[in-house]
Amino acid sequence: MKILTCPMNGPRNINEFQSFGPLKESPDPDTTSGQDWARHLFRANNTRGVIVEWWRHVPSNYFFLAERNATTNEVIRTFDPSELEVTQ
Amino acid sequence: MPLRLLKYGLSKDYPVTGDIPATPDLKSSYDVVIVGGGGHGLACAHYLSKYHGITNVAVLEKGYLAGGNTARNTTTIRSNYITKEGIAFYKEGVQLFEEMSGELDFNVMFSQRGQLTLAHTEATLRSFHLRAEMGKHAGTNIEVVDAQTVKELSPHLNMDEGGPLEIIGGLWHADGGTARHDAVAWGYAAQAARRGVEIHQRTEVEGFDIEAGNISRVRTNRGTISAGQVMIAVGGMNYDMALKAGVELPIRCFPLQAMVTQPLKPWLHTLVSSVSLHTYLVQSSRGEIVIGGGSDPYQLYSTRSTLDMKEHLAEGATHLFPFLHGVRLLRQWAGITDMTPDYSPIMGASPLKNLWLDCGWGTWGFKATPVAGKYMAQTIANQKVAPILEPFTMERFASFDLLNEMGATAASH
Repeated sequence: MKILTCPMNGPRNINEFQSFGPLKESPDPDTTSGQDWARHLFRANNTRGVIVEWWRHVPSNYFFLAERNATTNEVIRTFDPSELEVTQ
Repeated sequence: MPLRLLKYGLSKDYPVTGDIPATPDLKSSYDVVIVGGGGHGLACAHYLSKYHGITNVAVLEKGYLAGGNTARNTTTIRSNYITKEGIAFYKEGVQLFEEMSGELDFNVMFSQRGQLTLAHTEATLRSFHLRAEMGKHAGTNIEVVDAQTVKELSPHLNMDEGGPLEIIGGLWHADGGTARHDAVAWGYAAQAARRGVEIHQRTEVEGFDIEAGNISRVRTNRGTISAGQVMIAVGGMNYDMALKAGVELPIRCFPLQAMVTQPLKPWLHTLVSSVSLHTYLVQSSRGEIVIGGGSDPYQLYSTRSTLDMKEHLAEGATHLFPFLHGVRLLRQWAGITDMTPDYSPIMGASPLKNLWLDCGWGTWGFKATPVAGKYMAQTIANQKVAPILEPFTMERFASFDLLNEMGATAASH
């Protein structure tokens, strides 16, 4: 069984988590074109390398981010979304 | 008799010529280059050569023929979809399977034994009514049946009466069936090769040269070739392959796992699937019970198998047929599925004038092998998208004209 380390709850069994797909930058709804909205909705990072993606720890309903290699399935790190805002 | 056998063994008639010729040297130019030697690519080559007189065709396959998702799917053939565009397309797919052994002069072992999808809740039953009415309207063989009929169709089922997963009805799709996946691919390959199509195994496409919105040359590990028209049909590699031509497909890749048990005497006479248990079963002609389910729950490019998924599938299978608990697993495997946001494929034109897409086949590609091949060939021959394929354009993701088959695909096979 694969273990995922939740930034809030510590190492937990992966079937306690739900994947929400790669992190995307939200376009500004006032200025973005229809085409860019469509792109935002339907395109996602599908690289074979490292992806940053949303996860939820289901029992605690806590959302966080993980850096994971999409080929080897190695989880590089998991972190709270507030860290993302700090780095940006 | 032994003497005759010995004579035959030493004569020049033996060994018999194989169906697929050895890989020739690459020519410098082809009218059509098909990237991907799976069922879809080979079917397209067959239709191009037989019905459109186009035989200067190269099929390029990185590995061996039909070794990707053609070999990894669970060979369900059905047309019980939910959108009218989807049903019309898959319905013709089923019809082409009915005629396939004759068309290819190759026994594809098509067994039209019907597919039974089980409802354990009223909500599921309501969605079945919708699918049945859509199907009947389009002329497919489909109906909602009650629990008693389910029992008659599949007498070994655990009906779980009074339990949490009581079977309260089903969706009976008499057109559903299964076929031998290798035979389908080999039948198309043999027919195409007989008409002069070149099949290049161990030939990997490394890139495309693009000039004025056209692919001018295809670069491979065995040399560069120029191409009139190019089609991409490489299953789980479609996203990467299209990216080499600068086309970003709305695709995310997930593994799809399946497994088979040891062979048993024939007892499971229909395809059985359960929406709530995310499990489906079919008995192969070898007697093995093929067990499949939904894709893995997160994006990944690895064909490893997981204990979680094995446990999940075994749990579903033994719930439906409790006597399977003592049966051993024989093999397990996974394929990479190229999932689209609406669970429908992407077929037709691309932003490049001579690049044609046969992509986004996710977990539902095998059943469409003949019909996708037929209409992709027509599209390439006329350089105009066949009308039946128009709803499946990649452009639908820009115009929000989605074809939502989510409820009729994936785990609810």
